[in-house]
Amino acid sequence: MSDLPLLSLVIWLPIIGGLVVLAAGASGNNGVVRWTALLSSIVVFLVSLPLWTGFSLTTHEMQFVEQAAWIPAFNITYHLGVDGISMPLILLTTFTTILVVIAGWQVIQNRVAQYMACFLIMEGMMNGVFASLDGILFYVFWEAMLIPMFLVIGIWGGKNRVYATIKFFLYTFFGSVFLLVALIYLYFQAGTFSILDFQAVPISMNAQILIFLAFLIAFAVKVPMWPVHTWLPDAHVQAPTGGSVILAAIMLKLGAYGFLRFMIPIVPDASAELDWLIITMSLIAVVYIALIALVQEDMKKLVAYSSISHMGFVTLGFFIVFDIYTQTGSVSGAALGMEGAMVQMISHGFVSGAMFLCIGVMYDRMHSRNISDYGGVVNTMPWFAALFVFFAMANVGLPGTSGFVGEFMVILGAFQANFWYAFLAGTTLILGAAYTLWMVKRVIFGEVKNDKVAALKDLNGRETFMLGTLAFFVLLLGVYPAPLLEVMHSTVDNLLQQAVTSKL
Amino acid sequence: MENVYLGIILAPLIGSIVAGLFGKQVGRAGAHWVTNIGVAVSFILSAVVFNDVVFNDAATYNASLYTWLVSDGIRFEIGFLIDELTATMMMVVTFVSLMVHIYTIGYMHDDPGYQRFFSYISLFTFSMLMLVMSNNFMQLFFGWEAVGLVSYLLIGFWHKKETAIFANMKAFLVNRVGDFGFLLGIAAIAMYFNSLDYADVFKAAPLLADLNIQVIPGLDWSLMTVICILLFIGAMGKSAQVPLHVWLPDSMEGPTPISALIHAATMVTAGIFMVARMSPLFELSTTALSFVLVIGAITALFMGFLGLIQNDIKRVVAYSTLSQLGYMTVALGASAYAAGIFHLMTHAFFKALLFLAAGSVIVAMHHEQDIRKMGGLKKYMPITYWCMLIGSLALIGTPGFSGFFSKDAIIEAVHASEIPGSTFAYISVLLGVFITALYSFRMFFLVFHGKENIDPHTKKHLHESPKVVTIPLILLAIPSVVIGAIAVGPWLFGDYFGDTITVFKEHDVLGQLGEHYTGVMGFVIHGMMALPFWLALAGVGTAYFLYMKRPDIPGQIKAKFEGVYRLLDNAYGFDSFNQSFFAGGSRKLGKILWQIGDVKGIDGIMVNGSVKLVGWVAGAVRQMQTGYLYHYAFAMIIGLLVLVSWVLARA
Repeated sequence: MSDLPLLSLVIWLPIIGGLVVLAAGASGNNGVVRWTALLSSIVVFLVSLPLWTGFSLTTHEMQFVEQAAWIPAFNITYHLGVDGISMPLILLTTFTTILVVIAGWQVIQNRVAQYMACFLIMEGMMNGVFASLDGILFYVFWEAMLIPMFLVIGIWGGKNRVYATIKFFLYTFFGSVFLLVALIYLYFQAGTFSILDFQAVPISMNAQILIFLAFLIAFAVKVPMWPVHTWLPDAHVQAPTGGSVILAAIMLKLGAYGFLRFMIPIVPDASAELDWLIITMSLIAVVYIALIALVQEDMKKLVAYSSISHMGFVTLGFFIVFDIYTQTGSVSGAALGMEGAMVQMISHGFVSGAMFLCIGVMYDRMHSRNISDYGGVVNTMPWFAALFVFFAMANVGLPGTSGFVGEFMVILGAFQANFWYAFLAGTTLILGAAYTLWMVKRVIFGEVKNDKVAALKDLNGRETFMLGTLAFFVLLLGVYPAPLLEVMHSTVDNLLQQAVTSKL
Repeated sequence: MENVYLGIILAPLIGSIVAGLFGKQVGRAGAHWVTNIGVAVSFILSAVVFNDVVFNDAATYNASLYTWLVSDGIRFEIGFLIDELTATMMMVVTFVSLMVHIYTIGYMHDDPGYQRFFSYISLFTFSMLMLVMSNNFMQLFFGWEAVGLVSYLLIGFWHKKETAIFANMKAFLVNRVGDFGFLLGIAAIAMYFNSLDYADVFKAAPLLADLNIQVIPGLDWSLMTVICILLFIGAMGKSAQVPLHVWLPDSMEGPTPISALIHAATMVTAGIFMVARMSPLFELSTTALSFVLVIGAITALFMGFLGLIQNDIKRVVAYSTLSQLGYMTVALGASAYAAGIFHLMTHAFFKALLFLAAGSVIVAMHHEQDIRKMGGLKKYMPITYWCMLIGSLALIGTPGFSGFFSKDAIIEAVHASEIPGSTFAYISVLLGVFITALYSFRMFFLVFHGKENIDPHTKKHLHESPKVVTIPLILLAIPSVVIGAIAVGPWLFGDYFGDTITVFKEHDVLGQLGEHYTGVMGFVIHGMMALPFWLALAGVGTAYFLYMKRPDIPGQIKAKFEGVYRLLDNAYGFDSFNQSFFAGGSRKLGKILWQIGDVKGIDGIMVNGSVKLVGWVAGAVRQMQTGYLYHYAFAMIIGLLVLVSWVLARA
C-alpha cells in the first residue's frame, strides 16, 4: 500500500470523480450521477484510511511524502506530506464528503451533477490544502477550493445568496492577499517555497511581526475569529445543507490549521510577542459570540454563532503555550491546550456537521429555519428528536461525547497559563448550554405548535444512516479519544518546541 | 472482583439500551423486566462487594479499566476505587434504584412513555454508579454531568408540559453554573498535582498545603482553599445549596419516582459524597470548611421555612430535601464527614419513602397534589398512611428511628466544632429541627387526618395503591426505622470508614463525641433528654394545634404577617432575580452585542464601510489612474501600506 502515492490519490481522485460526475450529468440521469458521486466519495474515503493505519506514531517528520519539480525557476515543487495534525483532518474531510453526498441525495433536484461535482472537487482541494508542503501549492488549493464553495452558495443557496457570496468572497479574498504577500516575502528569505524551509529560516523581529499580522488576517478570517466573523452566519444561512456542513466541518479548520502550519513555526517570536492579541480575540469569541447566539431566531444562525464560539477554544488552545513558557520555562501543560484544540477541531467537525444536517432535515420538511415556526417536534419525530438532543448535548460539551474532550483539555491547559483564561473559557459551560438547550426547548419540546409540525414525518432510512453514523463517531470519540491523541503526540511536541525556539 | 464491578456498572446500562432503543420490540413488559433485572443484578453484586469490603475487610481496590487519553504526561483514565465509602454508596444507590424501578411499574402503568422512562432511570443508575465508583476526577466529572443529563431528561419527561420543559432547562443551567466552578477546581488540581487520580492527589496534598497562589494579582490565597471552594461550588449546584438551590423545587415537575430516586435519595447527594471523598483536601483548609458550614446552615434553616407554606405535597417534601441536604453539608463543614454520609444514607431511605408515599397519594387522588384538597386519607390508604408516618417520624428525628441518629450526630458535631461559623450553624440546625417537625406534620395531618376536602368524584375511586407500589414502600420503611440503630456505633464512632475519610485531630468532633458514646441505648436516652428532641416534639404539637385543633389560626397568622408570607411565597425572590438579572440580562446583552457590535459595528462600519471606502477611493483614484486596477485589490494594498507604516512607526 505504501508504494501508492496516497496523498496524490486523495487529492486527485475526488477531482477526477467530480469531472466524471459532470460528464455523467450530461446524460441527464440523476440516478447515475448520485451513485457515481457516492461511489467516488466512498472510494476516496477508503483510499484515505491507510493514511491512518500506516501512520507512524513515533516521528514528527512528514509522512507519505511526495515530491516532484513543478516550477523550478522559482523553486516551487509539488511537495506533499502529512503529520499528526493534518492527517486526521484529511480523514475528517473524506468522511464528511460521503455524508454530504448522502445529505443531498433527494433534496437536490436541480443541477444534481454540478452540485455533486462541486463537493467532490472541493474535497480534493481541501485535502490538497492539508497535504501541501509547498507554499504556492498550498496557496493554489487554498484559493481554488473557494470557487466551488461560492458556486454552491451562489447556485443552490437561499434568497439572499448573492449578498452572502459576495461578503464571503470579499472577506476571504481580503485575507488571501496578505497570505500571498507573506509567502512571497518568505520566498525571498528562504529561497524556496517549501513550508519546511520557511519554518527553518531565521527572520528578524520586525519582519516576523509583519508576517504574523499578514497570517493573522488570512487565517482569522477563515476560522473565523472575532471581529472578522460576520461573513459566516450569512454564508451558513444562505448555503444549502451540504454547503453548511462542509463550511462548518472542514473549511473553518483550514484557518486554524494555518496557525499551526504557518504562524507558530514560521514566526514563533512574533507569536510569543503578540499571543495576547489572539488570546483576547479567542476569549471574546467564546463569550461575546455565545451571548449573540443566545438571541438568534434562525436556527442556522444560532449554530453558526455557536461554531465561532467553539472555534475560539481552538485558537485559545493553540496560543497558551507562550504564557506557560514565560512563567515556567517549560512547555509542560501546553500540550493539553494544543492537543485539546486539535480534538476540538475534529469533534466540532462531527458535531456542527450533525447540527447542520439536523436543521437540514427539518428545513426539508418545513422550509423554515425560524425557531418560532417549530415546537413539539418530538411528538411527531421521536427518533429525530432523540438524535437532535444527543447532538445538542455534544454541542454543550457533555462528557461522553466528543464535544467534551476538547473543551475539557483546553480549559485544563488554559488554567495553567492564567486562571482568568480558564474562567472566561469556562463560561461556555453555562452560555453554551443556555443557547443550545433553549433552542432545543423551543424546537423539540412542548405541545405540537401548528399543523405543519403535526404533519411531520420521522427520519427516513437515508437520514437515519447519516445522523446515526455521526452519532456513533461523536460517542466513540467521547468515550475513547486516546487513539486520536496518540496520532498527534509527536507532532505536537515538536511543534511546541518550535514555538519556543527563537528564530531571530 | 473486577468482573463484578464491571457487571454492576454494565447491567443497568444494558437494560437502559435495550429499553431505550428497542422499546417497541421488547414491549412494555419487556422493558420493565430487562431494566428491573439489570438493576437487581447490580444490587445483588453490590451486596457481594459490600460484604467483601465491609465484613471481610477486603483491601481497597484501586485500578484503572482503560486509559481514556494521555496528554502532557497526565493519564486520564477510567477506573474504580472500591472502599467502604464507595461500597456504602453503591448499596444505597442500587437499593433505592431497585425499589423505584419496581414502584415505577405501578406508578407509570398508563404512561405512553413507559419504556423511555425505564430506559432513563436505568441510565441514571449507571451514571450514578460511575460517579461513586470513580477513582479519578475526570470520571467523577463524567458521572457528575451524566446524572445531570438524565435529570434533565426526566424532569422534562412529560415534554408537552410547558412548566416541565422550563424546569428541566433551568435545572441543567443552574447545575452548569456549579459545574463551571467544579471544572475550574479540577483544572487547578491538574495543574498543581499533574494527575487527576485520587490516590496521587491525596498523597501529594499535604505537601502543597502551604502553597499560596495569586488568582487576583497581589492577593495571596491558599491553593487548597481555592481548590476546595471551587470543587464545593460544584457540590452546591448538584446538592442544591443556596444560592444554587433554585432548580430543585421546580424539578418536582418530573414524575414522582424520579423525585424520589434522583432528587432526594441519590443524585442530589452526589455533592455530599464528593466532599466526603475529598476530605483529605478539605481538611487542609479551615476557610473552605467554614464556607461549607455556613452555606449548609443557611440552606438547612431557610429552605425549611419555605416548606411551611407549600401546599403542593411534592413541594413540601422537596423543600424538606433541600433543608436536609443543608444538614449534610453542615456535617461536612464541621469535619463530621461520617455523620454527613450517615445522614445521606438514612435520608435516602426515609426521603425516598416519603416521596414514593406521596406518589401513592397522588395516584390515588387522580394526580391532585394540593394538600388542602385532601384530608382523612388514613382510612382509605392504610399502608401508605403507616409508611408516611414512619418516614415522617424518621425525618423529624424521633429517638430510635434512623433519622434520629444521623441528625443528632450532626447537631452534636456542630455543637462541638470550633471553626468560624459554627455557632451560627448550631443555632440554625437546632431551629431547623422545630421547623422540620412543623412542616412535616402539617402535611401529614392535612393529608391523612382531619376534614375530608376531597373532590367527590375522586373520592368514589379512592383506594389503596396496588402491591407493586406498596411493597417498595414497606421495603423502604424497614431501613428507615432500623438502619440508624444498627449503623450508628461502627459508622460514627467505630472504624467503619477506616482510612477512607481523613479528619485532622483539631477538627475531629466525632472523635470527641465518641468519648462519651456508650452504645445505642445510651445514645437514645441521651437524645430524649436533649434539646432537639423537645424541639421536634414542640414542632409536632404546634402542627397538631394549628392544623387540627384551631385551623383558623394559620389564616390569621398569614394575614397578620403578610410581608413575611409574601417573602416566603416568593422563595426569597431568588427566582425573579435570576429570571430578570441573569436570564433577562444576558438576553439583553446578547441583543445589544448583536445589533450594535455585529450588525452596526462590524458589518455597518467595517464591512459596508470599507466597501464604500473602496468605492470612494477607487472613484477618486480612477481619475488619475488608467482605471484597469481592480478596485478592491487596490484598496487592500493601500490598507497593507497603512498597516505596515503603523507597525513600523510603533516599532
